[in-house]
Parts: sequence; structure tokens; C-alpha cells
Amino acid sequence: MSTIIESPRQPQQRASKGRVNWEKYGWIYMRASGVLLIILIFGHLFVNLVQGDGIKAIDFAFVAGKYATPFWQIWDVVMLWLAMIHGSNGMRTIVNDYASNPTVRRILLGALFVAAVVLIVLGTLVVFTFDPCSTLIPADQALSFCPVP
Amino acid sequence: MPNEAVSTLTTARSSSKRPAGTLYRGNTGMWSWVLHRITGVAIYFFLLVHVLDTAMIRVSPGAYDAVMSTYKNPIMGLGETALVIAIMFHAFNGLRIILIDFWSKGAKYQRLLFWIVIAVWVIGTLGFAPIHLHNVFTEPH
Ligand code: HEM
Ligand code: HEM
Repeated sequence: MSTIIESPRQPQQRASKGRVNWEKYGWIYMRASGVLLIILIFGHLFVNLVQGDGIKAIDFAFVAGKYATPFWQIWDVVMLWLAMIHGSNGMRTIVNDYASNPTVRRILLGALFVAAVVLIVLGTLVVFTFDPCSTLIPADQALSFCPVP
Repeated sequence: MPNEAVSTLTTARSSSKRPAGTLYRGNTGMWSWVLHRITGVAIYFFLLVHVLDTAMIRVSPGAYDAVMSTYKNPIMGLGETALVIAIMFHAFNGLRIILIDFWSKGAKYQRLLFWIVIAVWVIGTLGFAPIHLHNVFTEPH
């Protein structure tokens, strides 16, 4: 008995009319976000690791300087959303490939989803609520340009 | 037709008696896929930690500078070098995947594209690693 393997380019049978093909949009998303992430991540790495003293120059004041401009706030938040969703969706593919036990698979997919939501919300709040001169900061750690309380 | 299906997958014509292979199994296509997967997972887990360490800016300058100081030790410096090398592979190979999918000649040139990815990756690594390792192993001026 021989099994006929369909040509890989055989169009998939329509599941049912009117249904959204989420896998297709996931596939497109991986590619669209990938192109944007090249610019965002390479720019991020260039400014943080290559320019000036690179890693040795990164401290609280460095980040405060970047987040003083909406440019880097938006850069980072867009990068956060695109990378988290791209990475989580890629991990979902990998879990689907290797986790053969349905319960284990469901737990892993749930963990990926929760991690993505929590970190996207946390990272977005961190960028937009960041205040370099917050009154919660102990006086001995405050930056020099902050008003003395 | 099974035979037709096989021929659409065959990428190389040669007079060799060895099976020609397919786009994936045992060839550059398979190794690039394995590396793409491993680097993707590695970057994902880094990103989980990285969002948490960046969140320390919201706690206090001392808390943030404390985590960042761990990034400045030599062992972590080697790890960062490996991370950036992994990202470069994932990014360039990702572009190759995108070209194979969307460029009409992409599949035809997939093997050449693979070697271009390797070349650009090596050049990128040679450009980045010395700068970063210099920053890691010398005191800032
Ligand atoms: C060793 C390499 C890296 C270093 C030293 C580094 C450093 C930093 C620093 C200092 C910040 C704070 C804000 C800023 O400077 O923009 C930051 C934020 C961020 N980085 Fe990186 N980064 C590295 C690699 C990466 C990679 C590979 C990614 C993407 C996968 C990434 C994604 C992000 C994101 C999304 C934020 C914003 C976090 C938030 O919204 O809270 N970084 N990084
Ligand atoms: C730098 C720009 C990037 C580009 C151009 C890129 C491109 C791609 C492409 C084209 C795919 C294949 C999707 C498919 O086969 O349907 C993919 C998969 C994947 N990417 Fe990325 N990516 C980038 C950054 C990232 C980042 C930052 C992460 C992690 C946070 C990541 C994690 C993954 C994972 C886990 C997969 C799944 C691998 C697999 O299924 O074998 N990628 N990427």
C-alpha cells in the first residue's frame, strides 16, 4: 500500500467559509515583524553596545537620557511588542512540534501566553511611567539635575 | 502524483549517484533551520530576562545599576557576544526565509542565499566582536 504525499504547494482545503485563517496571519506576521525587528534591534544594539563605551556606559542615567525623548520610548515599546509576539508565536510553533502530550502542550502554550501578556504590559508601563526624578527615589541615589525636595 | 511531488522538492541536479536530497533534509536547508530554531529560542529566553532587568529602572537607580553591573563582568560579556552573534544569524537567515517565500527567484537561489547569509554573518561578527570584547575587557576612558 502506498500513501500519496501531496505536493507541498497544494493549496490547503478551506476549513469553512467565513472563518479567519489565523495561521496565515501568524505566518505573515512572523515575516513582517522580522523585517521591522532587524531595524529596531540592530539600532538598539548599535546605540547600546557599539557606540561610545558600549556596555560599560549603561546605567540609570543612560536610560534616563534615552527615555527623556519620546523617540526612544516609542522605539523600545514597538520593539517590545513586536519581539515578544514574534518570539512567543515562534515558541508556539516549536511547542506544537515537540509536545506530543496534549496536557503538557496546553500547559506550555498557556505559559507562553501568560508570559507574553505579563511582560508586554510590564515593559510598556515601565517605559511610559518612568520618571527619572521620581520622589520615590532615595535622595542619595537621585540624579544631579533633579530638583532637591 | 508522488513522483511529481518529489521533483518539486529537489533543488540540485547533479550526475552524482547519491540521492540529491531535498530543500531540507541533510542539506544547508536543514542546518539553517536547526540554527534558526536554536537561536530563536535563545533570544526568546534572553528577552524574558531583559524586560525584567530593564524594569529595575522603575524601582531605583541603585537597583538598576546593580543588575547592569552583572552585565559588565567578563563572563557575561562573552555571553552578550554570543547573543549578538546568534541574533545576527537569526536576522540574516530570517531575511533569507522571507526572500525564499516572497521573491520569485528566492527558491531557485536558496543555496546561494544561504552562503550569502553565512558570509554576512561572519563579516558582522568580525565587525562586532572586537568592539564589544574591547569594551568588556578594558576600563572605560
Ligand atoms: C546585550 C545586549 C543588550 C543590551 C546591553 C541591552 C540594553 C538595554 C537597555 C540599556 C535598555 C533600556 C532602554 C534603552 O536603552 O533603550 C533596553 C531596553 C530594551 N531592550 Fe535591550 N539590550 C540588549 C539586547 C536586546 C535584544 C537582543 C532585544 C530584543 C530581542 C532587546 C530588547 C529590548 C526591549 C524590548 C527594551 C525595552 C524594555 C521595556 O519596554 O521595558 N534588547 N535594553
Ligand atoms: C532580528 C530580526 C528577526 C527576523 C528577521 C526574524 C525572522 C524570523 C522568521 C522569518 C521566522 C520563521 C517563521 C516561519 O517559519 O513561519 C522566525 C522564527 C522564529 N523567530 Fe524570529 N526573527 C527576528 C527576531 C526574533 C526575535 C527577537 C526572537 C525572540 C524574541 C525570535 C524568535 C523566533 C522563534 C522562536 C522562531 C520560531 C523558530 C522555528 O519555528 O523554528 N526572532 N523568525
